[in-house]
Amino acid sequence: MSGPPLPAPRGPLSEAVVQALRGKPLPVVDVDGADPYGDDLQLALHCCYELHYRGFDGVDADLEWDPDLLRLRVELERVLLAALRADVEPSAAVDAEIEALLVEPVGPDLRGLSHHLKREGTLEQLREYVTHRSVYHLKEADPQAWAIPRIGGAAKAGLVTVEHDEYGSGRPERMHSTLFAEMMTELGLDAAYGAHVDRVPGETLAEVNLMSLCGLRRSLRGASVGQFALVELTSSPGSERLVRGMRRLGCGPAAIRFYDEHVEADAVHEQVVRRDVLAPLLAAEPDLAADVVFGIRAALFLGDRLQERLLGAWERGESSLLQPLPAAA
Amino acid sequence: MPDPTRIVLTDDGPALVRGPVELDLPDGTRVRSDRAVTAVCLCRRSKRYPICDTAHRRKVRHEEDHG
Ligand code: FES
Ligand SMILES: [Fe+2]
Ligand SMILES: [Fe+2]
Repeated sequence: MSGPPLPAPRGPLSEAVVQALRGKPLPVVDVDGADPYGDDLQLALHCCYELHYRGFDGVDADLEWDPDLLRLRVELERVLLAALRADVEPSAAVDAEIEALLVEPVGPDLRGLSHHLKREGTLEQLREYVTHRSVYHLKEADPQAWAIPRIGGAAKAGLVTVEHDEYGSGRPERMHSTLFAEMMTELGLDAAYGAHVDRVPGETLAEVNLMSLCGLRRSLRGASVGQFALVELTSSPGSERLVRGMRRLGCGPAAIRFYDEHVEADAVHEQVVRRDVLAPLLAAEPDLAADVVFGIRAALFLGDRLQERLLGAWERGESSLLQPLPAAA
Repeated sequence: MPDPTRIVLTDDGPALVRGPVELDLPDGTRVRSDRAVTAVCLCRRSKRYPICDTAHRRKVRHEEDHG
């Protein structure tokens, strides 16, 4: 098999894209009026972007550059970007944005996925969380790699320093995507690339789609770096909470290792991103400041939607997935 | 003469050291880090001392947060 299976469509937009990927002519679809954050549009975008990563089993790899699919993708992106620009407050104050992210909220009942999983989440909820995250982490660092040729000088060198660490510093067994796959296996989850797309809602796909959207558009390279900075700045304390949650739940070492590695790795990635990526990038291209903040805030906005989707489902005693996971082996 | 070792002292937290480093602790243990850059904890609050884990960050009592 040369890639994951095509996902099941969730409406007219994703149906059209899947049709085209099966080699049929792309049906005419009306993008206006579509829910920008809904399952159908997000799955359609996900399918368009995967052509630039690993593709799909049985799908012609050259559809990556099919003009009809590209035209539809740009229309879908227009709808999503318009919604995000409307939902996210604009600002060009990067320093203030970063300062705010570096303050660590503390308290007994903070709302958040990692707080919940640290304190009281069940093993089943942890497995669901990892399933959602797999859409990104099985290709961890890939969407940010698109930014490398799009920036220059010291910022490029800084970005590659962090990416190199994400890719295991030359040791494939230490690649973060590999550590994530090992965690999935230990948790009894299928670790095959793309195995869970049919299970995850639009909120999950949207976070990753934004990374691909900004990575693949040179005009949004500032937003791409902003999202990258957000991940690196916020991941270390959240990873520590997940490590504690996993210990509480009695998870094994291969499961704990992924988040354990991120406590240390992202503590230093934060420093490198601020000093060696953001500072030289904004010195060379000060006009990117507003896009950096847009990337941070758009990712926070989509992250909050995902968080509420998961916590909401769990508070109602339901699964956060569209299809149940097979029981752990 | 080889290039001098450059150590970046940050205003907010750790010291940044390039290349693989070994840190010898007063109790005789040796901690090795082979990251491209290692953040050495100077605040001594890290649970992974001598490696920084962001414990130096300013904390505020809060109702909501992200992640
Ligand atoms: S300097 Fe970062 S935890 Fe001590
Ligand atoms: Fe990572
Ligand atoms: Fe990282």
